[in-house]
Amino acid sequence: MLIRLRNITKIYRVGVERIRALDGVDLEIGRNEYVAIMGVSGSGKSTLMNILGCLDRPTSGTYELEGRLTTAMSAAELARIRNERIGFVFQSFELMPRMNALKNVELPLIYSRQGWWGRRQRALRAIDTVGLSDRVKHRPNQLSGGQKQRVAIARALVANPAILLADEPTGNLDSATSAEILGLFGKLHRDGQTIIMVTHEADVARHAQRIIRMRDGRIVSDLPADKDAQLSQ
Amino acid sequence: MNLLRAPMFLLVLLLQSAALAASQIWANKVRSVLTTVGIVIGIASVTAVIAALTGLKASVLAEFETFGTNKIFILPERPQRGPYRTATWSTIRFRPEHFDDLLAHCPSVSHLTRVTNFVRPVSYGVFSDEMVQVIGIEPDWHKVENRSVVLGRPFSMIDNDRALPVCLVNRKVQDKLGLDRDCTGQSIMIGQRRFLIVGVVESRSESSMFGENQSGLEVLIPFNTARRMLGPNSFFMAIAASRTPEVSEEARAEIAFYLRRVRGIKPGEADTFRVEAVERFVQQFRQVATTITLVAAGIVAISLVVGGVGIMNIMLVSVSERTREIGLRKAVGARPSAIMLQFLVEAVMLCCLGGALGLAAGQVLTTALAAIPNARLEQAQIPGWAIALAFGFSATVGLIFGMFPAIKAARLDPIDALRHE
Repeated sequence: MLIRLRNITKIYRVGVERIRALDGVDLEIGRNEYVAIMGVSGSGKSTLMNILGCLDRPTSGTYELEGRLTTAMSAAELARIRNERIGFVFQSFELMPRMNALKNVELPLIYSRQGWWGRRQRALRAIDTVGLSDRVKHRPNQLSGGQKQRVAIARALVANPAILLADEPTGNLDSATSAEILGLFGKLHRDGQTIIMVTHEADVARHAQRIIRMRDGRIVSDLPADKDAQLSQ
Repeated sequence: MNLLRAPMFLLVLLLQSAALAASQIWANKVRSVLTTVGIVIGIASVTAVIAALTGLKASVLAEFETFGTNKIFILPERPQRGPYRTATWSTIRFRPEHFDDLLAHCPSVSHLTRVTNFVRPVSYGVFSDEMVQVIGIEPDWHKVENRSVVLGRPFSMIDNDRALPVCLVNRKVQDKLGLDRDCTGQSIMIGQRRFLIVGVVESRSESSMFGENQSGLEVLIPFNTARRMLGPNSFFMAIAASRTPEVSEEARAEIAFYLRRVRGIKPGEADTFRVEAVERFVQQFRQVATTITLVAAGIVAISLVVGGVGIMNIMLVSVSERTREIGLRKAVGARPSAIMLQFLVEAVMLCCLGGALGLAAGQVLTTALAAIPNARLEQAQIPGWAIALAFGFSATVGLIFGMFPAIKAARLDPIDALRHE
């Protein structure tokens, strides 16, 4: 199993108040799954995403990624996991404005002992995968929204991660461009990539194979996309 | 290859941080330069102070050099304690025979001359001068004082042994008395006695520090001739030269030991003479100069702290401006140490930039200082070690004051950082 979450709880302290963002989540995700996590804001989907991406640690519970227990790791070890095993795609792209597309895609590799040598070839290959080979030297402000998100996806893929984690990847895009990006995700998935996508839009989520719905820090349904569609009608 | 990769990666990370820092500084050119003003002023003043003191030291030491740093003066002196405390001058004074075997017993001493000097009117025909320095010397005097005979001959053994009325003059006396260019064979009057000029001696080198003889008119006569003129109980001193300036302390000790023996001073009794090595003054001067340089540099270096606070301030601004960037870098796998390194390198680079600008300003200041007339700073220049020190200081200030912002950046939570507006 690629991902195994056991009884994950996350409690935030805001002043004296304690907020249960996640409340006993158990979840298993296998290789080459395409999962959408849905829920309204405050449902805990972003917190779950942060924990899956090793950006945050649960208050209690265990998280195994590829058989390794991440909950026992140091900050530096988690950084290495993020660097080598996880690719992030954000709603607002998060590209470096003063770097061209190639440099942006190379960014994860400059922090990688293995990837540093030969990073240019790997970056060019990743850019080719997202179909932006003719925009390699362009800076973010010279690219359209869809192109920016493609660069961000290339950056997420460049280190050959185990999981592609996308947080509202189409949130800042118009519907045509969104379809384009979701088409790219579909292609990546067919090529064997595991994708976990957080979204609140049902239209976006139905592109996934499996849909997990959350409410109040708990998983309320976890179904294949076709079943989920039938039930929600 | 794999063994090499870990240290290589560190180097790569460092170079990468440097490139990144350079582009960051370049992107904020005006801000960066303004930020470093404190460092620039600090480094400029430190280097200018060091340069000025270096110049002063060089000019004073050069003066010592022409005066002769291997010279040792030997004078009779009544001690502060012991049985000779109340002795009369006739007991304390030197006798010529005290020095007869000194050279044979003092291996570090290369030359020795007994010297006595007095002032007499000197005349040649209608020309005369009332205040001429008459110096009784032995042949070694030329070696000790490093002033050779440029015309004619030095005194011979016979001149001295028989106390003959012969003399050497310097150029100033030649001019003053209207002597011929080759004045050997001409006779001049010293006091009431007629002296034959046998040669011309080099003039004392011009020196503002040791120029005690204002007129510079000097006539040299054999030591014994001078003793005859002054009487057997007259005062005289001796000047020795050590083989090198480095052994002058040994030479001093040997002379003191020898003189105590020939003057019959018992163990425990105080010396009835003084032996002063010029080298000792040189060393004392060097020490004082070094201390002053360090103190002055230290005081001015405090201004670097002010500069450092400026750097810290701008680095904190930079960290907060680039919070999202830091968040993203962390998300894609930058370790806290890599983020910290990036900001530290940037702070150090800013400070070194300030150091370089400060050195340039310091050079301008130094050139201006060297141009001040009569300030003895003509030789002012920034020594190599001060350049190294300036960069060392700057880098250290960058490290110290960059540490807090860098740690702040390294500790940022990636989720919060990515959410930062």
